[in-house]
Amino acid sequence: MYIIVAGGGKVGFYLARELIAGGHEVLLIEKSGARCEVIAAELGNVVQRGNADEASVLADAGTNRASVVVAVTGDDEDNLVICQVAKRRFNVPRVIARINNPKNEGIFRLLGIDATVSSTDLILSVIEQEIPEQALVPLLRLRHADVEVVDITLPKDSTLDGVALRELRLPPESLIAFVIRGGESIFPSGTTTLRAGDEILALTRPSYEEDLRKLFFARSGSAAAPRPR
Amino acid sequence: MYVIIMGCGRVGARLAQQLVTAGHEVMVLDMVPAAFERLGRDFPGSTMVGNGIDHDDLVKAGVERADAFAAVTQGDNRNIMAAQIAKHVFKVPRVVTRIYDPIRQDTFKALGLDAISPTVIGAQVFYSMLTGEESPEKG
Repeated sequence: MYIIVAGGGKVGFYLARELIAGGHEVLLIEKSGARCEVIAAELGNVVQRGNADEASVLADAGTNRASVVVAVTGDDEDNLVICQVAKRRFNVPRVIARINNPKNEGIFRLLGIDATVSSTDLILSVIEQEIPEQALVPLLRLRHADVEVVDITLPKDSTLDGVALRELRLPPESLIAFVIRGGESIFPSGTTTLRAGDEILALTRPSYEEDLRKLFFARSGSAAAPRPR
Repeated sequence: MYVIIMGCGRVGARLAQQLVTAGHEVMVLDMVPAAFERLGRDFPGSTMVGNGIDHDDLVKAGVERADAFAAVTQGDNRNIMAAQIAKHVFKVPRVVTRIYDPIRQDTFKALGLDAISPTVIGAQVFYSMLTGEESPEKG
């Protein structure tokens, strides 16, 4: 496959190197002459100096026969325009853009970019996976009723381990509906005691979500019997 | 009309003043606060420091109720991106963008953007003033 990589920063450089190693024909477009020299010294004659957002540069690069164009500069607006020009003017079948602001993902999709990669989002998702004790996940929001279902996983060192539900000072208008423990599901009563690692489904008002979070993830001993509001 | 102008350079500031004088409500957006000095001390419109390609900043600037949006920053790609967000995400009825690069202007005109290229217009005017004939190029 002929693949054009726009932007010769670290992402573009390593991407081009991997693609070349994978047997693809690769051209890297980079605007800085000094950077081009560095890349050429490492990867050989695979670099073209120029602004990939200029149609004439893409024409010189033979973009009309490229299977893929990947835009990985540090600026979202440049990546958008490179991909749109490649797709609309040169009929490239697949265009991929790097995005920095995760909010741009929807905008890029709307504007016809096949795929986007957001390093910000990727790192965020890894952080969320790595810190499971922060897991209060809103599962469903019933907007017309102003109620949401949240999924809470009690941390291993939870101070609520061994605490009966009736001892919990839940925020107002909140209800623990369901507990999942070791694959078993429990419809709890006031005497049900919590265990570390329990997965809890609760109903609450969105405005009390933060109070629930504080209750279940408090670090100090006060979590078992928080002060009334 | 409520008009948002992104970019308070010479063109943006001049346009803002003309619109305000004509009685329109104007919001000028720029990333550099000092740029607003171009508007003069008595500018009756609104200004906001912000990024026109940021969804949240556009909402803060009132894009949802805007009747018109002009993208006149120095960067073609910023203008193109902001204009497309205004047009396709927020459905602003009138969106006009400046694109210096004639080839890019061509591409995005084909994609439905109302785009002005000062490069093309400038060259046309020079051509006709120098030769006394109309420029063969169409803008």
